[in-house]
Amino acid sequence: MSGEVAPFGGMVVQQTRGEFLKLWRSPIFSIFSLALPVMFYVFFGLQNAQRVEQGVNIGAYVLASLSAYAVANVMLFSFGIGVALDRGRKYDVLMRATALRPIATMIAKLLTGVAFALLALVVLFAVAALVGGQRMETSQWLTLTWRLLIGAIPFLALGFAIGYSVSPNAAPAVVNLIALPMYFGSGLFIPLDQLPSFIRSIAPYLPAYHYGQIVWDAVGKPPDNPLWQSAAWLIGYTLLFAAIAVRAYRADESKKFS
Amino acid sequence: MTAVVELIAAKKTYGQVDALRGVNIAIQAGEVVAMLGPNGAGKTTSISLMLGLRQPTSGQARLFGLDPRDARARSRCGVMLQESGVPELLKVREILEIFSSYYPHPLPVATAIGLAGLGEKANARIDHLSGGQRQRLYYALAVVGDPEVLFLDEPTAGMDVEGRRGFLDGLRESVKGGKTIVLTTHYLEEADEIAQRVIVIDRGQLVADAPPAEIKRRVAGKTMRFAARADERTFAGLPVQHVEIADGRVRLLTNEPETVLKALFASGLELSDLEVTGADLEDAFLALTSRAEDRRVG
Repeated sequence: MSGEVAPFGGMVVQQTRGEFLKLWRSPIFSIFSLALPVMFYVFFGLQNAQRVEQGVNIGAYVLASLSAYAVANVMLFSFGIGVALDRGRKYDVLMRATALRPIATMIAKLLTGVAFALLALVVLFAVAALVGGQRMETSQWLTLTWRLLIGAIPFLALGFAIGYSVSPNAAPAVVNLIALPMYFGSGLFIPLDQLPSFIRSIAPYLPAYHYGQIVWDAVGKPPDNPLWQSAAWLIGYTLLFAAIAVRAYRADESKKFS
Repeated sequence: MTAVVELIAAKKTYGQVDALRGVNIAIQAGEVVAMLGPNGAGKTTSISLMLGLRQPTSGQARLFGLDPRDARARSRCGVMLQESGVPELLKVREILEIFSSYYPHPLPVATAIGLAGLGEKANARIDHLSGGQRQRLYYALAVVGDPEVLFLDEPTAGMDVEGRRGFLDGLRESVKGGKTIVLTTHYLEEADEIAQRVIVIDRGQLVADAPPAEIKRRVAGKTMRFAARADERTFAGLPVQHVEIADGRVRLLTNEPETVLKALFASGLELSDLEVTGADLEDAFLALTSRAEDRRVG
């Protein structure tokens, strides 16, 4: 009945505002997800903006790699560390005791994740286009953007899985311990063909490798395997991480709220 | 009339531990109730059940006659929980604006800030607040929805004497506005100052439910410690609620230390190293809860 509970839309708006400000003001987040990708791009991408090797624009390739790194990081940090922090300081218990609907929190977190992913991309793309003189077709920029967002879903699920599993103190370490070797081993920092062969043999089993495949394809580098295979891997990883996240969520839930 | 808050034969077990052993509580609109008891007595568990944060193992919890998890019930409650935090990176005003969006008829945020006495900290970030200011922020978060019932779990924990005084004054204002208040506390004086009704819980059981004056008569107010050659019989017939003797040291719980001393001196008992202090809650309730002792055996 109206008047008995607060309007849902207002809750979502305010909750999103809170999530956004939390992330915006968190130094660990802005350093890892906004500053580092740009810095790496300046080091490795800038001078390659015009270089073409075997029909692949190297600047665009580096930009796609670092964009994937930035977006995956946004997902892992905002969901992994964000959720772990809320649990650690028992903010989740306080919210649960109010009339806030849990689904509003979930929507707020998702909107914030997407907003920050887009923010990280705008920054990177702007540096690439304005400073590096990177040129691509409009359709390529758009394809790259939506593939970056859709392909990040497994990392979002992984973020939730970590956030509900580990303590707030451990969360940043766990996230970096999982994420950095994965980015490296998937060729997001250094192209795979320049990595030792044992890493190259592990790469096809990593989610970030398949994420890389679909975004590199968007900038004109032909994929190692048919794209549907990478899509299938990403879906598989999403299901796996989501299953872990749901398990961890239920365990946390039954410990605190049963 | 339906009670605002109700626990009906509520039991709560965590693994092997019986946190609540079948408690009946009904709180009517406008009542100010203090729940009192030592650590681990079951106060926080009771509040958690009343709020629907936890589910009773058996029995029932009702809030406005509804399941406490019902959004319509929650919309009429404000909550201050023990040790629950808020995001450090938000500002006082921001978190209050966010919380006010959870409620259908919230107070203006500025009013909530004023009620909590956080005026000059409205634009401060939460990580810059002191412990006492933080506690007042939690109070502001509890009242910003203009709730009919306030649940306050140890609201004055971490406040200094002055802060506690200010806080209780503010609470009395809320009471005048007709709010129902359920608060837990360690301090009998606090309960006495604010509540019309005191519920004493010990080891998961309700041991008293009465006006504060009556509770005060029944609990020990002072602890006496001294060295003396004495045994239990020495104190027979004196207004003493509890006696402990070990290694020539005596510890007494009493409401009338002067009477006890007078009697002891008159009896010619040699005592030294005398100390009389206000009983802490655990001590104060020994007398009240000793009746539960026999039921616990076995």
